[in-house]
Amino acid sequence: MRLEPLANPSRSRVLGVTLAALGVAFVLVGGLFAAYGLNPLEAYRAMLSGTLLDAKGWQEILRRSIPLLLIGVGLTLAFRTQYFNIGAEGQLLLGAVWAAGVALFMPLPPWLSLPGMALAGALGGALWCLVAAWLKSRLSVNEILTTLMLNYVAQSLVIFLINGPWKGRDARGYIYSDRFAEYQQLAVLPGTNVHWPTLLLGVLLALGLQWLLTRTTLGFRMRVVGENPEAARYLGISGVRVVLWVALITGGLAGLAGVGEIAGIHHRLIEPGQLSSGYGFTAIIVAWLARGNPALVLLTAPLMGLILAGGDLLKVSLNMPFRIVDVFSGVMLLCLIGSEIFLRNRLRWGR
Amino acid sequence: MLNALARALSFGTPLLLACLGAILNERAGVVNLGVEGMMALGALAGFAVAFGSGVGDGNLWLAVLAALGAGTLAAFLHAFVTITLQANQFVSGLALTMLGLGSAGLLGKRFEGQPLFNQPPEWPFTLGAIGLAVLLGLVFYATKLGLSLRSVGENPAAADLLGINVSAVRYGAVAVGGALAGLAGAYLSLVYRPSWTDGMTAGLGWIAVALVIFVGWSPLRAIFGAVFFGLLYYLQFRLQGQSPIPSEVFASLPYLLVILVLALSGLRGQQGNAPEALGRPYRRGER
Repeated sequence: MRLEPLANPSRSRVLGVTLAALGVAFVLVGGLFAAYGLNPLEAYRAMLSGTLLDAKGWQEILRRSIPLLLIGVGLTLAFRTQYFNIGAEGQLLLGAVWAAGVALFMPLPPWLSLPGMALAGALGGALWCLVAAWLKSRLSVNEILTTLMLNYVAQSLVIFLINGPWKGRDARGYIYSDRFAEYQQLAVLPGTNVHWPTLLLGVLLALGLQWLLTRTTLGFRMRVVGENPEAARYLGISGVRVVLWVALITGGLAGLAGVGEIAGIHHRLIEPGQLSSGYGFTAIIVAWLARGNPALVLLTAPLMGLILAGGDLLKVSLNMPFRIVDVFSGVMLLCLIGSEIFLRNRLRWGR
Repeated sequence: MLNALARALSFGTPLLLACLGAILNERAGVVNLGVEGMMALGALAGFAVAFGSGVGDGNLWLAVLAALGAGTLAAFLHAFVTITLQANQFVSGLALTMLGLGSAGLLGKRFEGQPLFNQPPEWPFTLGAIGLAVLLGLVFYATKLGLSLRSVGENPAAADLLGINVSAVRYGAVAVGGALAGLAGAYLSLVYRPSWTDGMTAGLGWIAVALVIFVGWSPLRAIFGAVFFGLLYYLQFRLQGQSPIPSEVFASLPYLLVILVLALSGLRGQQGNAPEALGRPYRRGER
């Protein structure tokens, strides 16, 4: 058995290998279900029937797909340019903080309130990400470590705010901020938690960024910097500037995801653990599955949305820790990157 | 003063153990960002065995062994994916952290809130970690094994030509690195806070990874780096509630300091000390 290099993998090969990798991942997670003391088939059945075969389940998938879509689209760009932003979780929190700041303390006319919150949120997320990008481009500090450390700092910041200066008047023993006014809340599909303006924005951004990446000069620069840094230098493309752009976009989109969560669902600034169920990390799989194509995130975000919604179900109906979602994420990611060798090579039997 | 130093050493011990493991990995050219996940698994495996082998007087040696095993096993996953399947080391480590934290949280749920009565002493771990740092320094610079290890990290093609089995050396380094991360986790769940809670590693694994850069891949300097961060944790505990500064500031201090320290390392051009082939998979016949 040996490997034979392939020049360019065909589309069907990419699809086949990806599906096979996902299949292996589901088998492996099934093993962990068994180790936990559950019948894997039973667990998968509970996950699927409660989500796909249930109207309420569809809403849950959709609701969770929104932040994954927004963050994931940004991360495809980031990974494509070899900028490993692992801090979307913190950038989401900062987006929520800035938006909440505007909602609670800036006397804007009602029609300007939501746009103001969105803008502030995007800015908050972008600036949080820029810290790491700046350190990377100036001092070549590893962005994985800095973006990750900033996640922990962001968590502390949110807790400090809602436990201190921004603590709600009606909060008593709990920690959260005051509730937003009616006009500071995002519209939802009737009877659901699906804040559709954000969903629409996510869809448009996925298509728009695909266009940016494949049809514009900035997109061309991003691709060259990611694929061949030496060629980029030769062409006079400033890697620093591209990295700053990418950080601005990914951080801004993660910030918008945070705005969507508080303006669309919670209507106040709440504890980090409740505000995001690990969207920043789950979106890494969303982006990796899309293999660098923002438009494909339209497919991969709902898939991970399904896993998050399924994790919720397992928690409620089978009394399982929500951590099962991290297991899914880790195993899927390992299988995906492990399978990439079969994209670049063909397996030949014999010598 | 002496007391503060002793506490700093005790806070710094898991950092030192995990950092030494990461240094060993990276000297062989493999980045493993999964330290946090491997620590969580080690912590759970250690606690589960100590607890399961008899409440009150669990077998601690067996517990430590289990933690070493859990870390090694997890590291093998990283080794297989990055060395054999030549996948991206950064992403694999990240996935390993997710998987480690996730499965430890999942399988550890039944141990949550259980006390461990038999608590091993601290000093064997601390002294052992320091001894290990010295030993690792000796191995790196005074033995043939160390030379092979470093050459695999600096120039795998040349090492290959000299007849060194690059894959085998890397597998070994990653496995031992994982064992040390597992041990660091066990220190948390057996000694430092003899109990199990989900998320008890609290970013220590990441700090250990950052420490590697700060100490310039040197095991001996890692001792001082770990004591320094240990001191910081100690001060965080001491000053909490005793000053008008909100506790969240102290809680985020280690992470902010890591960023500062990395920035300083960048300013001093420390990244230049990194093993030449760090983070790159080795394929035969390709340069």
